[in-house]
Amino acid sequence: MSCAQTISDYALRSIGFGERLLPRSDFTLCQQFTLIGSGLIWNLYFAILALSIGFFLANALAVAKASRNPWLRKPAEGFIFLFRGSPLFIQFFLAYEALVLLPRAGIEIFGITIATSWLTKAWAGALIVLVLNTTAYSAQIFYGALMSVPKGDIEAADAYGLTGWNKFRRVVWPTMMRLAWPAYTNEAIFLFHATALVYFSGFPAFQQRGDSLYYASYFADKTFNPFVAYPIVAGYFILFTLLLISLFAMVNRRLNRHLPGARKRLKYRPQLIR
Amino acid sequence: MFAQCADPAQLEGFAWLMCYLTSGKHMLFYASFGTVLLLLAVTAPMALLFGFLGAMASRSRLFALRWLGKIYTSMVRGVPDVIFFLFVPIALDQGFEWLRHQALCDGDAPVRQGNDFIVCAAAKLPLSTAAPWVHELYGLFLAVIAFSVVFGAFAANVLYGAMQAVPRAQLETAEAYGMSPRQVTRRVLVPQMWSYAIPGLSNLWMILLKATPLLFLLGVEDIVYWARELGGAKTSAFSYPHPDWRLYYFLGILVFYLLMTWVSERLIARVTRRLSSGQATMAGEALRKGAA
Repeated sequence: MSCAQTISDYALRSIGFGERLLPRSDFTLCQQFTLIGSGLIWNLYFAILALSIGFFLANALAVAKASRNPWLRKPAEGFIFLFRGSPLFIQFFLAYEALVLLPRAGIEIFGITIATSWLTKAWAGALIVLVLNTTAYSAQIFYGALMSVPKGDIEAADAYGLTGWNKFRRVVWPTMMRLAWPAYTNEAIFLFHATALVYFSGFPAFQQRGDSLYYASYFADKTFNPFVAYPIVAGYFILFTLLLISLFAMVNRRLNRHLPGARKRLKYRPQLIR
Repeated sequence: MFAQCADPAQLEGFAWLMCYLTSGKHMLFYASFGTVLLLLAVTAPMALLFGFLGAMASRSRLFALRWLGKIYTSMVRGVPDVIFFLFVPIALDQGFEWLRHQALCDGDAPVRQGNDFIVCAAAKLPLSTAAPWVHELYGLFLAVIAFSVVFGAFAANVLYGAMQAVPRAQLETAEAYGMSPRQVTRRVLVPQMWSYAIPGLSNLWMILLKATPLLFLLGVEDIVYWARELGGAKTSAFSYPHPDWRLYYFLGILVFYLLMTWVSERLIARVTRRLSSGQATMAGEALRKGAA
């Protein structure tokens, strides 16, 4: 079987197109590269959706945590503590067990039956957990940045007569983003890497449609050889991590464009703050 | 366990629950919390050691050593830790068995035959005649190594940054006093770097804490394993039949981790305070003013 044939059979295997059966023996390098790459679709799906939904929720949550009203602040603090204080792995298990307990037939609200079975599938259930998790971590980062917005900026906004939403949108929020961005880049990388956990944590891989690590461990189990499949998946992750960093660096340049020295390439220094 | 628990079918309500929660398997479940704590207790110092060596290597004047250090410190940036947790134990295991195969087995049958990894019986690790606890301990040992390697790389990152953060003038002063490079490192650099390293290291501790449930993936019988085992629905064939209770077991584990986090945060706040005293940093200055 030629490599082109393998690619056309397995390139979209993880989302259910192409050859139904996974290769069982005589694994070629091409098969491993193709299938593991195919699994990467799920990693990207989880990472992109979780980050883009979580970003908005995290902004709201950060503002809620900074609020003076205890009815807003306390729940926000509790939510952040809950999701930052417990392992993501346990959150996946817990969410899966909780979602499985929902009635199979669906829940009836106002005479309309709402189906629940889709929630136990990884694409929905794991995504919800990842969104909530990244919301909590990012909210903490944004909150920290919000607290370090320079006092002078706010006084200047007051002097210009900006109030409320206008002040937040034009002065506070851009500075908050600018300050939070390096740490947020780090969080995005962590989240992208955390997507590799999904199919090892209770959520079943329906019809062997898993993510890249799922296929890598499939190959490693079948061949008793960890020295091929795992380096391949590691290589894919390094590639996309570099891509992620360069994307975030572009945003960072835009956020800092008014500052002197912003033209310089910003060096990414991992903060290991999560 | 207790005499009144001899026939669980006769028990009801609270007495049943008490007997259920003290059954032999539950004792193993509670003991597995000890496994987690043991892993933390062994891994944290090991990772710190690996990290220190990695950071020193990245600062080395020897080109080869510096590159080795740089590769080690940067490997965890691009690759998810769970890949290392899956890779390192099996790679180490095969590495050890291969070495023993070379030393102990006669005949030169290749180790890899098709899709199999075959070593002779004498080279197996642990030997197939070994007691079950030896197998478990060996599994835990491989897990500890895997955790130490990964978190050592994280720690190397933090410590390297901390070493760079020690003011240059401090080191130059030490040199001016005629200290050798080794003395500068031991007497000035290392004692001073901790206060810069503490925020990173405490973060690392939190990440390590939250990575411990991944022991489950390494085949160690840890809390996740027992929660799934005990919580699953039990038919009347078991002495304590019950429906699917995994949710409650995982809630218990969640509370355990939240508690650990909460305690750690308290302790870290104390250590930070301790280490910043006498330092020429803002935190140290605040402490000095507070005392005066």
